[in-house]
Amino acid sequence: MFRFFIAIFIFVVIAVPSQAHAKHDGEHIYLQNCVSCHGYDGNGGMGIPLSLPDFLATASNDYLVKTIRVGRPGRVMPAFKNLSDNEVDMLIGYIRSWSDSIPPKYSKKPVNGDAVHGKQVYLDHCAECHGASGNGGKGTGVTMSRPRSQPILAPALNNRGFLVSASDEMIKNTLIKGRKGTPMKSYLKEGLSEQDINDVVAYVRSFESRAAAIEETSEDEPAVIIKESPYSVEETVTNLTNAVGSMNFRLIRIQNLDSGLTEESKEDKKQVIVYSCNFNILNEALKLDPRVGLFLPCRITVSQQGDKVLVMYANPKRMNEIYNNNELDSMCTEMKTVYEDMIDEALL
Amino acid sequence: MRIYHKALVSLLLIFLAFPVSAVADDLIMRRIGMTFPETMSALQSSIVEEGYKVSRVQRVDIGLTSSGYNTAEYRIVFFMREDVLHDIVKKHPELIPFLPLKITIFAERSETLLVTLNPMKLAEFFPDLEMQKTFAQWNEEVNRIVDRVQAE
Repeated sequence: MFRFFIAIFIFVVIAVPSQAHAKHDGEHIYLQNCVSCHGYDGNGGMGIPLSLPDFLATASNDYLVKTIRVGRPGRVMPAFKNLSDNEVDMLIGYIRSWSDSIPPKYSKKPVNGDAVHGKQVYLDHCAECHGASGNGGKGTGVTMSRPRSQPILAPALNNRGFLVSASDEMIKNTLIKGRKGTPMKSYLKEGLSEQDINDVVAYVRSFESRAAAIEETSEDEPAVIIKESPYSVEETVTNLTNAVGSMNFRLIRIQNLDSGLTEESKEDKKQVIVYSCNFNILNEALKLDPRVGLFLPCRITVSQQGDKVLVMYANPKRMNEIYNNNELDSMCTEMKTVYEDMIDEALL
Repeated sequence: MRIYHKALVSLLLIFLAFPVSAVADDLIMRRIGMTFPETMSALQSSIVEEGYKVSRVQRVDIGLTSSGYNTAEYRIVFFMREDVLHDIVKKHPELIPFLPLKITIFAERSETLLVTLNPMKLAEFFPDLEMQKTFAQWNEEVNRIVDRVQAE
């Protein structure tokens, strides 16, 4: 009996995952993890166009592995820690199948350059697209469903994920060659000397000291904010309806939580959702990140629990972390304030 | 020896309850190679096939085209099992703002994207042991729902 359990255990722990991994070829892993943002043929969308020949010709496998592993904190691209090393290798093999170019290999030695001079060159030639502080292009990649004037937005060079992934040599090579099909030019052809380029690399590398400070954590924020109402459910809903209007939001609808799931006559009228929307904010949010619809329209729930009436909402400042998008930070902070003001007014 | 048997059986059950392939990404996203109406139909069928009821389809399209979108095809599909919802309302009211479950669906040219919160993220938000199994179950079910649509 004991051997039987041992055999089953070994089968479950070792054999089953191995079989599963065998099925997970690079394309399957790509379809599961990457296609949503990078597109079926790697032609990009919210994510960069991975199949761009010049990208594959300048990006080393080491860069791709690190990018997959670390992601781009605060810039949508998540860190894929769930993939095994073998899966990452298969994934890169699949991405490489879009191009005949041989993956470049770069030295890990730092490029010697003068960061002070590099800053000036950077401000003259790079800051227009990459931002004076290396923050990158505004917006969330080339957002889904929106017209594309460019196939790619300038990456954030001050991002920890980028700095960990890209070696000095790779940055230098990209500056020298540029990337056809994107606004990134060959700066050697644009008239910069190799020393100028080395200096820019040194300046970009200097972003490293500031990269950690840019990242913020929202883990201290509760996922849900709950307040107790001194009023009945019906009174609280009426007060919330009035508060929504006074905050320049439009009331979308009031519905019971189980509406659509239960016969109308049997719905629990003590669990009520108040939906509202400010269309300007909604459209701004969707411009920044089309995935935010997950928390739209604005929702406050009123719930009778025993003799208490609770008013609650999902905390936008905490929900922000699921998008890995720093550009939503200020909007989420603003929305939390809006929720607080609405509820404060309703519960006065 | 009996204690080893028990330990092994427990480990076995843990592995079976939490599949090794479970993904802990915060969002579950799928690109579907079908048009928006086709995907919407497939999504609703897949939700029902998984034993859920679609409670509402919310439009989020007012002003989308005027703000630069090529399409106004953007919806949120709410779904839930009634008995589970009522049970959670009684036992875990802090989860109410996340219910019913929902999937955002929007068009990108001739393709469609599905986005939803990974239910395992709720386990991080609410480290309540009693609910872990439910979150893991939702995770598997939601993945099956979107995978079926992607496979069509």
